[in-house]
Amino acid sequence: MNTNTMSYKLKQFMMFAGVTTFIFAAVVIVPFIYGFYLTFTSWDGVSAQKPFVGLSNYLSAFGDGAYWQALGRTVIYSAIAVILVNVVAFILAFLVTSGVKGQNFFRAGFFIPNLIGGIVLGYIWKFVFNRAFVALGNALSVGALSTSWLATTNGAMLCLIIVSVWQYAGYMMLIYVAGFMSVSADVLEAARIDGCTNTQSIIKISIPLMVSSFVQCLFLTITRCFMVYDVNLSLTNGEPFNSSVMAAMHVYNQAFTYKNYGTGQAEALILFIVCAVVGVLQVSIGKKAEVSA
Amino acid sequence: MDDLNERAARNRKIKHAVFMVLLIVLFASFIFPFLLVLINVFKTKGDINSNPLALVGSHGFTLKNFPEAMKKMNFWRSFGNSMIVTVSSTVITILLASMTAYVIVRNKWKACGALFGMMIASMVIPFQVLMIPLVSLYGGTLGVLNSRITLIFMHVGFSLSMATFMFHGAIHTNVPIALEEAATIDGCTKWQTYWQIVFPLLKPTIATVAIIDAMAFWNDYLLPSLVLGRKELYTIPIATQIFYGTYSTDIGLVMAALLLAMLPILILYMFLQRYIVEGVTSGAVK
Repeated sequence: MNTNTMSYKLKQFMMFAGVTTFIFAAVVIVPFIYGFYLTFTSWDGVSAQKPFVGLSNYLSAFGDGAYWQALGRTVIYSAIAVILVNVVAFILAFLVTSGVKGQNFFRAGFFIPNLIGGIVLGYIWKFVFNRAFVALGNALSVGALSTSWLATTNGAMLCLIIVSVWQYAGYMMLIYVAGFMSVSADVLEAARIDGCTNTQSIIKISIPLMVSSFVQCLFLTITRCFMVYDVNLSLTNGEPFNSSVMAAMHVYNQAFTYKNYGTGQAEALILFIVCAVVGVLQVSIGKKAEVSA
Repeated sequence: MDDLNERAARNRKIKHAVFMVLLIVLFASFIFPFLLVLINVFKTKGDINSNPLALVGSHGFTLKNFPEAMKKMNFWRSFGNSMIVTVSSTVITILLASMTAYVIVRNKWKACGALFGMMIASMVIPFQVLMIPLVSLYGGTLGVLNSRITLIFMHVGFSLSMATFMFHGAIHTNVPIALEEAATIDGCTKWQTYWQIVFPLLKPTIATVAIIDAMAFWNDYLLPSLVLGRKELYTIPIATQIFYGTYSTDIGLVMAALLLAMLPILILYMFLQRYIVEGVTSGAVK
């Protein structure tokens, strides 16, 4: 059989990848392109007409103070959460690879929050912050705990950060564990013979050899924090007084609550570009820092 | 020398003891939210309100939160919906992605390169960029929202890129081409070769993709909430939300609902823990 004809190739491709190509195009490619088109219309979500309005959606996105506030808030939240997630995850990974008893049990335990969806996690913590901490504060008469943290502007942000750290630290821990395991025992042995203390060998040997783990964890946490929605919805729902609305929630409300689909889509694209630039920048800086043993 | 060794051993013991204490404290802070749900789920609403920290409420142990919460969130219906959506999306993703990866790895055609390139590039697009056009196209233009099939279709569409990428790596490194050539000489068509030789060799990757995708589909909230508007189609994460929509939140019911939402996946984790941890790690490291 001749396998170099166009019809053979087409048949093979369609047989193995035809359905995939169709679904992928229908769910990702077409909506992505159509999304650009939407930003030039003023569709309200109901009518059949999508009037062409030129750049006015971008102008209203740039003039939307609430959006830029939400984006700024998201940047601050992400910066703090990303650093804390990675610090906690690194410490956890260090502890569960140090050879103490039951390290597999601890690894499995720290990972549990990742098994459960953000909506459920948010509601659990809402209960913890609103009821359990308040009850604890009243019982011990600790003033800082006796009113719910979720009721204040800064407190709500703090709560979001705490929950994010708790949610992602176990997952990032697993990646750092893989990083610790990849540092060969020979190198550490050599360092020890040369007189390195434990702390020195972590800072001077393990961390430089684990740069790729850091790059990967930072990328994953940055993209997740920038796009946070589920926990935001169930934990604070933007309260109090819309002071904890993150960018993704603002985009959702703009489109589906206020029916400004075009403006919402323009704002979603801006959010995506900001997130992509930060992510790519981080990866390219990180790649330069990589060394090999 | 003996003295030195003894000192080193003692130091290590102290170090391990300190680490152990640290780990236990951290572990406690990781699981106390779950424990709080667990102790409050067996209390009456009044007892939770008066003291959420007590192990047992003053009205004693009660199971009556469960039947009421199950009725209100239509538990078995939502559970069934979640099952149908998760299982079908996962199976379809695995079948389609592995087939696609096979044709891409084994042929240097332009169409293969183009498809694979687009898939890799699309992996950076967050869902928020696609959700508005998706609702506009599938709801406004085609009018096919409010259907499990549409949700499954979209779940598959979003997960195909990552899954194809993972199968691509597995076929590239783990499937010897000599095996396929032998099968061809014995008279197998490409289709037969794929299902009889290649697909069975992909078992470890199939397990990894199944774990990652099934967990993502089961827990997903935003996409199902946009696609499924009718109550009888709700999946578990959407059904959990019902308790906060009403004016007065019955906290006892909320506790029961949260526990019910977590239970299936926690039970699965008890049995498949090693595979889940390994699967997620190997998926992330790729």
